[in-house]
Amino acid sequence: MASNDTPIIQLKRIGKNYGAINALRGVNLAVRQGEVTCILGDNGAGKSTLINIVAGLFAYDEGEYLVDGERVQFASPREALDRGIAAVYQTLALVPLLPVWRNFFLGSELRRGWGPFHRLDIETMCAETREALHKMGIDLEDLEQPVGTLSGGQRQVVAIARAIHFGARMLILDEPTAALGVAQSGLVLRYIAAAAREHGIGVIFITHNPHHAYLVGDHFMVLARGEVELDAPGSELSLESLMFHMAGGAGLNVLQHELRGRNTATG
Amino acid sequence: MTSDMAAPRRQVKPQALWKQVLKRPEAGALGGAVLVFLFFSVMAPTFRQPAALTTVLYQASTIGIPAVAVALLMMGGEFDLSAGVAVTTSSLAASIFATEVAGNLWAGVIFALLFSLGIGALNGWLLIRTKLHSFLVTLGTFLMLQGLNIAITKLITGNVATRDISGMAGFKLGQAIFASTIAIGGVQISIAIVYWLIFVAIATWVLLRTNVGNWIFAIGGQSDSARAVGVPVKRVKVALFMVVGFSCWFLAMHQLFDYNTVQSGAGIGNELLYIAAAVVGGCLLTGGYGSAVGSALGAFIFGMTTEGVIYADWDPDWFQFFVGAMLVLATVVNTWMRLRAVKG
Repeated sequence: MASNDTPIIQLKRIGKNYGAINALRGVNLAVRQGEVTCILGDNGAGKSTLINIVAGLFAYDEGEYLVDGERVQFASPREALDRGIAAVYQTLALVPLLPVWRNFFLGSELRRGWGPFHRLDIETMCAETREALHKMGIDLEDLEQPVGTLSGGQRQVVAIARAIHFGARMLILDEPTAALGVAQSGLVLRYIAAAAREHGIGVIFITHNPHHAYLVGDHFMVLARGEVELDAPGSELSLESLMFHMAGGAGLNVLQHELRGRNTATG
Repeated sequence: MTSDMAAPRRQVKPQALWKQVLKRPEAGALGGAVLVFLFFSVMAPTFRQPAALTTVLYQASTIGIPAVAVALLMMGGEFDLSAGVAVTTSSLAASIFATEVAGNLWAGVIFALLFSLGIGALNGWLLIRTKLHSFLVTLGTFLMLQGLNIAITKLITGNVATRDISGMAGFKLGQAIFASTIAIGGVQISIAIVYWLIFVAIATWVLLRTNVGNWIFAIGGQSDSARAVGVPVKRVKVALFMVVGFSCWFLAMHQLFDYNTVQSGAGIGNELLYIAAAVVGGCLLTGGYGSAVGSALGAFIFGMTTEGVIYADWDPDWFQFFVGAMLVLATVVNTWMRLRAVKG
């Protein structure tokens, strides 16, 4: 285990190309235990590419990726998972038609017995699923119900609870509040804060919403067209300033200048 | 997180037994099987005799053995249109290799097994490498095998059928293993029926009680999600195609030791029966949902229909009509029931 000061993950001048298209360049990022780093940016800014590299889904073309100070190039998400790095995607990596408990343990099923009777330990899996969900404030009567029947917030919580249950110490959350209402977003945001502060988990929180980010973030990064537009700790940043950078930064001043007198450009 | 943040508790009443039964993927097929049985029992009185039932079961087993494998493949999200001719390919491979090449029956049987597994692996490999839809890949294999079956047979034997293998050493043992009949309660039943039921039981066990079963449903339901949590999607898909290959080989051996000779043009069209049996049995065409028992019920329905048409003394062409009508009806009923199930 690395000391508290060594970041769990550290990216140094990471870059990624798709053919001739430069999707990401020169991104530096360090996430420590118990820290929430928010990554904001417009569509196509490179957020997804960045987290896919961290999660081991994509290989990077430039720079260095360190885990516990050690250089890595993951060949699959499984390898990232083995180092405790788990991504919770917008699609949540859940299978809608599959029951809740089967989804919870998908790919990491518990088994018992021997030889040809080496079988799923359904009882234990159901009990553990129930307990992990209960910790997050969700009680499901029927763990056999397909995940597709749960609410958006519940599905999100199932996915986050699953990652933590399987030993994630670095959680990558891809727009976890994007499709949720106020109450459900609150549930998810509180859990993100609790996961970091109480369980010492490092969190990368991808979002479009600067209000949500500012509530839970320790560190903020705004990406624009594959490059870092802003990189600042929460202590040096106001919500207004974050929103300003999120909305386009310096480009916004130009736009405001152009539109002055006709309409007020909102931050 | 404390309970004041808890999401609204879902109040779910314990469900009635009939509702739980209706939620199963094979519920529609069970209802269909009962209806078809009643229908032919009324239309053809001889249909009700035990002898008729064993004929029906035998007919069902020859559809059901590949159908259970095809059902597993469909739950994993893929198709295999080559399964029908692949059965003939396998028996031809065994027969020709035994009679014309090795001069040893068991060498032919083993060769055919490897060949069938190879076809399955090739289907899976092509699918993964080309990223084409399995419909297209296996349509290609289907046409290629159909051509090869006849061309190679003609080339080697100078005939459209293979030589009789019944005189070869080891034939009696092969027949005992693959094509014997056993007496149960005064009726003779084919051992193919026993194997069929065993395969269905194993498939059900694998699907519902092993991690591989979990993976099959997940891959068919949402393969990206399955991959993201570390399920070896490609390996499972190739393995599923090879399971279909194995089932084709098994049925092929049964037919070879039953008829002693193979007609090289046989098997065309049967692949659709296997798929139809899986779909009638509740398999979702897009994958991720279905049951092995359902595929058996689907095969049973088609077995009853084949024999029922004969017992009722109708033109056998009515069989095709029934298969088609049943397929549409079953799909509609299954879709409706699945929607109900998902809604709770």
